[in-house]
Amino acid sequence: MEHLKVDVWRGGAEGAYQSFEVPRRASQTVLDVVTHIQRFLDPTLAYRFACRVGMCGSCAMTVNGTPRWTCRTHVDKVARDGTLRLAPLANMPIVRDLVADMREFFDKWARARGQFTPTRTRADDFAKVDPRSAARQEADLAIECIGCGVCYAACDIVKWNPAYLGPAALNRAWTLQTDVRDGARAERRRAVEGDAGCHACHSLMSCTELCPKALSPTRSIAGLKRQSLRSLLGVKEKA
Amino acid sequence: MTTARAELVLWAAQRVTAVFLAGFVLVHLVTIVYAVRGGLTAAAILARTHASIAWPAFYALFVLAAAVHGAIGLRTIAAEWLGWRGRGADLSIAAIGLALAVLGLRAVAAVAA
Repeated sequence: MEHLKVDVWRGGAEGAYQSFEVPRRASQTVLDVVTHIQRFLDPTLAYRFACRVGMCGSCAMTVNGTPRWTCRTHVDKVARDGTLRLAPLANMPIVRDLVADMREFFDKWARARGQFTPTRTRADDFAKVDPRSAARQEADLAIECIGCGVCYAACDIVKWNPAYLGPAALNRAWTLQTDVRDGARAERRRAVEGDAGCHACHSLMSCTELCPKALSPTRSIAGLKRQSLRSLLGVKEKA
Repeated sequence: MTTARAELVLWAAQRVTAVFLAGFVLVHLVTIVYAVRGGLTAAAILARTHASIAWPAFYALFVLAAAVHGAIGLRTIAAEWLGWRGRGADLSIAAIGLALAVLGLRAVAAVAA
């Protein structure tokens, strides 16, 4: 049987790659490979997954140097000369082996005011949002984020500027800035301004290139920049 | 002004100066090519700039835009590539921007007078 040579990061910040031989199978995903190692070769391997079908956003890792969702990444597509090199996501502390610490990543969503702030109560009628309205269509382009952290791990600005909120948090903020029901848009605009926010983005577009859901955080961040420039110039925001 | 607001002002200033510089650089390059095409001497060029208000005014604006644009860019490079941030970095880079403006304006004054 054909085999894959798989180097897997073991340990925390200090550690080393350990090599495994994994049988090659048809339609094998990178997550299948990791699961094979944990079930049959070394049960002490730590990694994270849940849904296996590209919905939950928990299985992202660095695969041959590039952050990817491993459950929907086929070995065929990424294994150059039958080898895989797996590491935890970059730009995050390592918990152990392939598990990255995502606390700071999600804390930044909160710092970017990623919470919806309602303007109505349960006593009010449903808000009616026209799906064809410009704001709703803009939000539609950005709402499918599964929070996998691939964009954050791919972002050079996060690496250079640890305070930078990052593509995922700013993309989330944009989905709320385009939500006509939200009541905290001015506060959120201020929260995402400046050197730790949308203005740090150089539009390198690694996030957009690698987002497994084919979203464009770059586009969302550009929207935030526009809103904040409008506010600086005193132009009234479109509702 | 909050820090974030100040960052936004710097960000906007760099974009606005970039828009002006795009035009300035174009005029500057075309003028150089045009002026040296027939083999003009420095004396002949100086004779023309001395007689003009528009040229020194153009280059004074050019110098100011370049000083602002360049200093803000240097500040970002210092922060991201060298990890040099904060008051010390800001003051040092403001001094570089000011020096650029002074040197440039001095050159403009020399060809204008």
